[in-house]
Amino acid sequence: MSTATVTRSTLLKDLRMEWRSKDAINSMLFFSLLVVVIFSFAFNPTAEESRLIAGGLIWVAFLFAAVVALNQTWARELRNQVLDAYRISPAPANALFLAKVLGNFLFVVVLEVLMAPLFIVFYQLRSVGPVWQLIVIALLGTWALVVNGTFFAALSIRTRSREIMLPLILFPISIPALLAMVDATTSILTGDSSPGFWMKMLLVYDVVFTAVCLLLFESVLNAE
Amino acid sequence: MVKFFGRFAALRGVSASFAPGKLYVIVGDNGAGKSTLLRVIAGLIELSQGSVTLLGAPTAREVAHRIGYMGHAPLLYDELDGMENLRYFAGLYGLHNDSVCREGMRRVGLDPDLERRVGQYSQGMRQRLSLARAVLHDPELILLDEPFSNVDVHSARDMAAILGGVRDQGKTIFVVTHQTALMEQVADEFIHMSAGKIESRRPVKPLRVAANTAGVDR
Repeated sequence: MSTATVTRSTLLKDLRMEWRSKDAINSMLFFSLLVVVIFSFAFNPTAEESRLIAGGLIWVAFLFAAVVALNQTWARELRNQVLDAYRISPAPANALFLAKVLGNFLFVVVLEVLMAPLFIVFYQLRSVGPVWQLIVIALLGTWALVVNGTFFAALSIRTRSREIMLPLILFPISIPALLAMVDATTSILTGDSSPGFWMKMLLVYDVVFTAVCLLLFESVLNAE
Repeated sequence: MVKFFGRFAALRGVSASFAPGKLYVIVGDNGAGKSTLLRVIAGLIELSQGSVTLLGAPTAREVAHRIGYMGHAPLLYDELDGMENLRYFAGLYGLHNDSVCREGMRRVGLDPDLERRVGQYSQGMRQRLSLARAVLHDPELILLDEPFSNVDVHSARDMAAILGGVRDQGKTIFVVTHQTALMEQVADEFIHMSAGKIESRRPVKPLRVAANTAGVDR
C-alpha cells in the first residue's frame, strides 16, 4: 500500500472523528475567542496601535490554540492503545505523520478563517500591503506550527505530563518561525517594509523541519 | 529473550521454538511476562538481549502483514462504528474490499449493518470486534492477549470455538489467558510462565484428539 493511500484514509478517519466529537475545533475556537476579546478590552488599542501589535497577537493566539488541537491529535491514538494497531501493521509510519499534520493544518486554517473577521472588527484592522501575501504567510506559518507541533506532540505522548511537555519543547523551536510570521504580518498591516525576506525564511523553515520530522518520525513512533 | 523495563526483568531468558499451525495457550500469574512475550513477538517492544526469528524473518516488521495482534486494550476507535473501524484497519494492510470487513464482522457474530459507535458497544462486542480486526487480513500468526477478559461465558465460548476453527485452517495462534478451562477443548499446548521464564510446556493435542475420537465412536 502506498503512503498516499494510507495518508488519505487516516486523514479522512481523523476528520470524521473530529466532525463527530468537535473536541479540537471547539477548544481552539473558545481559546482564540477569549484571547481576542480579553486583549481587546484590556488594552483598548487605537487603530494605529492595533496595526503594530496585531501581528504578534494573532500568531500568539493561534500558536496557543494550536497546542490544544495538537494534544488532542495523539490522545485519540492513545485511547484504547489504537496506536499499537498501527505500529504492528505494514503501513508506513510517515503516512500517519502526514495525515496528522494535514488534519491539524486543516483545523488551524478553519480556525483562522473563522477568527479573522473577529480580529478585523475588534482591532480595526485593514491591510496596507497586498492581501494575498497575508494568505501566503498564514499558510506557511500554520504549516510551520503544525508540522513541529505534531512531531513534538508525538514525542511527548509517552511522558507523564505531556500537556506541559509539548509547549515546553515546541515554543522555543518555533521562535524563528514565529518571528518571521509576526514580522511579515506586521509589514503587510503597516506597509512599513516588504515581507519578502520573512516569507522566504518561513518557506525554508517549513521545508527543513518537514524533512527532519519525516526522517525522524518512525523512530519516535516505535520508541518505548 | 531478555527484557528489562528499567531495573525490572520482565523476561529472564526465555528460549523456545514453536511449530506452525498450532494453538498455544500461555498461562501464569500476573507479572509472569506473558503479555511482554506477546508484545515482543508482535514487534511492539524491543528485547534487551536476544532475538526472535518470526516466520523466517529476523524482525516482525518484515512480516507485519502476516501477523495479527489483539492487545489487552481493544485497539479500536470508540468514535467510529464497527465497519468504519474495520475499513480503516483493512486499509492499513492494503485491503480495500468492503466484503472482507463485512465477512470479518459476521465471522465473530456481529452485524455489519449495526451503526452503533464502538464506544457504545458492550465489552463482549468490543472483544469480538477486536478479534475481527486482528484476523481481518488473514494472518498466519495470531497473537491474542486476554481475549476473554470481561466477556460473558457464552461469548467467551463462542470466541474459543472461533479460534479453534481458525487454527484448523493452519494458522498459528498464541493466546494469553487466565481462563484455561475455555481453551482445554481447542488448545494444542499450554505454556506456563513464571517470573519471566517458561516453567513448563504441556502438549494437550493427544488428549483432545482422543476426546474427539471418543465422541465420534459414541
